[in-house]
Amino acid sequence: MDFSRKKRMLRFWTDKIGNILLRMSWHLLHAIIYLCYFTTGMVHALESHLISRGLLRRYKSLHISKINYLAIVIESEDACRTSNVIQLLQWVVALGINHICLYDNEGILKKSKDLILDKFDGAILFQDTHEDNILLDQPCMTLEFVSFSDGKEAVARAANVLLMKYIKSGATGSNQGEQIFTDSQMSEALKTVGSGGPEPDLILIYGPARCHLGFPAWRMRYTEIQHMGPLKSMEYGSLIKAIYRFTTVRQNYGK
Amino acid sequence: MESEPLSRKIFTVCKTLVRKLVFRVLRTGPMPSHIAVIMDGNRRYAKRNRLNEGAGHDAGAMALFYLINYCYELGIKYITAYAFSTDNFRRKPQEVGKIMSLLRESIALLTKITKNQPVRVHFAGNLELLSAELRDGARKLMEATAEYSKIVVTICVCYCCSDEILHSVEQSCLQKYYKHSYVRDSHDDENGERDVITLVDIEKHMYMAVTPDPDILIRTAHEHRLSNFLQWQTSYCQLASLPVDFPELNSWQLTWVILDFQRSYKYLARKKLQR
Repeated sequence: MDFSRKKRMLRFWTDKIGNILLRMSWHLLHAIIYLCYFTTGMVHALESHLISRGLLRRYKSLHISKINYLAIVIESEDACRTSNVIQLLQWVVALGINHICLYDNEGILKKSKDLILDKFDGAILFQDTHEDNILLDQPCMTLEFVSFSDGKEAVARAANVLLMKYIKSGATGSNQGEQIFTDSQMSEALKTVGSGGPEPDLILIYGPARCHLGFPAWRMRYTEIQHMGPLKSMEYGSLIKAIYRFTTVRQNYGK
Repeated sequence: MESEPLSRKIFTVCKTLVRKLVFRVLRTGPMPSHIAVIMDGNRRYAKRNRLNEGAGHDAGAMALFYLINYCYELGIKYITAYAFSTDNFRRKPQEVGKIMSLLRESIALLTKITKNQPVRVHFAGNLELLSAELRDGARKLMEATAEYSKIVVTICVCYCCSDEILHSVEQSCLQKYYKHSYVRDSHDDENGERDVITLVDIEKHMYMAVTPDPDILIRTAHEHRLSNFLQWQTSYCQLASLPVDFPELNSWQLTWVILDFQRSYKYLARKKLQR
């Protein structure tokens, strides 16, 4: 009995020490990861500074024409930093990109849209344009404000529009297995519910994690995604580097 | 000459032990329950190693089996792989034929494995685009493994997220249409109101409805886009881009990705709860 009690005690203490060692090893691993990210962060900050000063020749000429439509995803907690958002938009416009979509999950940016639009002469709100294909030909700046309700919830609203059309078409519902709606019908339905818009060429994510936070799924099929870090740490050089990187990408579109 | 294989064996055993130890340390922290992967770079791997294109896809399939094994060791229950997109039908017929042949072999191998291991296999996508033989093989495997739940492997084949959304909208419309016709015919609906399609209706008809949303989505070959893969399901998912081709994906890169996920875990968990 005494022996089995001692055996249980030994097992208990072995497990306890084992768990403590595992925990310490886990913290050690994360400390190493933190150091790696800190070092790369310093290197990126230096590179960004050199790019901003125009000292790196490679980034001096950007093929901006490759970006017809840029989307910026901002973490909602940062979206109330309107001055940072305006500064970022000024940088983007200065680079020659005039058609921008601003997204945040909770719609904070939508509430500040008048304040943001006021800062840009001649800028128009995307919803004021009637046709998508005219949007990208507009010489003036267009700004679109999008939130989570323009993503999944908009697809549900568009589904109801398609359902109404299907019922009105007099269909019998007997075409099981056949496609009854097309991509273009879905896109039209999304426009009808106010959530249509072009697919951005590039999405820049300003937030703590590399995550698109619910950007409308129908509009990001082949969009390049770049994580830029938190909005409060945004740098002009990093923006140029992200755009330069996009202009060097070659897509096969599945081929 | 005889000592070489022995030293290699010892090295392999040591490597395995170190890997298992590192995995045990990883499991001390929060772990993802679902990892999705875009298997990019098979052709580039073949070109760089002067192999034929088919060999690149073979190496990719092997890497996928290793990945499933690593996820099993880590206790990750759901693994999803983007094996073949509907866009990939535009590739050369020989390459498409090779991938279909690889799919046939994988189904046969998985059928053998699942006889002894409780692995549920699910094929997500428009399976009507596959040949009848492949489609039947896939369906039989899904039915045979439907009761297993220890680990769920989803192979996305003939899949595009936009197609998945459209399919789901169609199914939801048809369901509401039939309900509307029944109600109209039976005069049971006293208010005369039509049932509306909700987000819940759409999500239950998704090809990926059998799994929760991914926690991590890995894309190899240093690419930074989703290419029409799971953009609906990855609202609060960590997107990881690795600078290696898929056949070169190993346990150390997986470890790095999971450590990265653990750094962002609190933030992403809070975002999911808010929704």
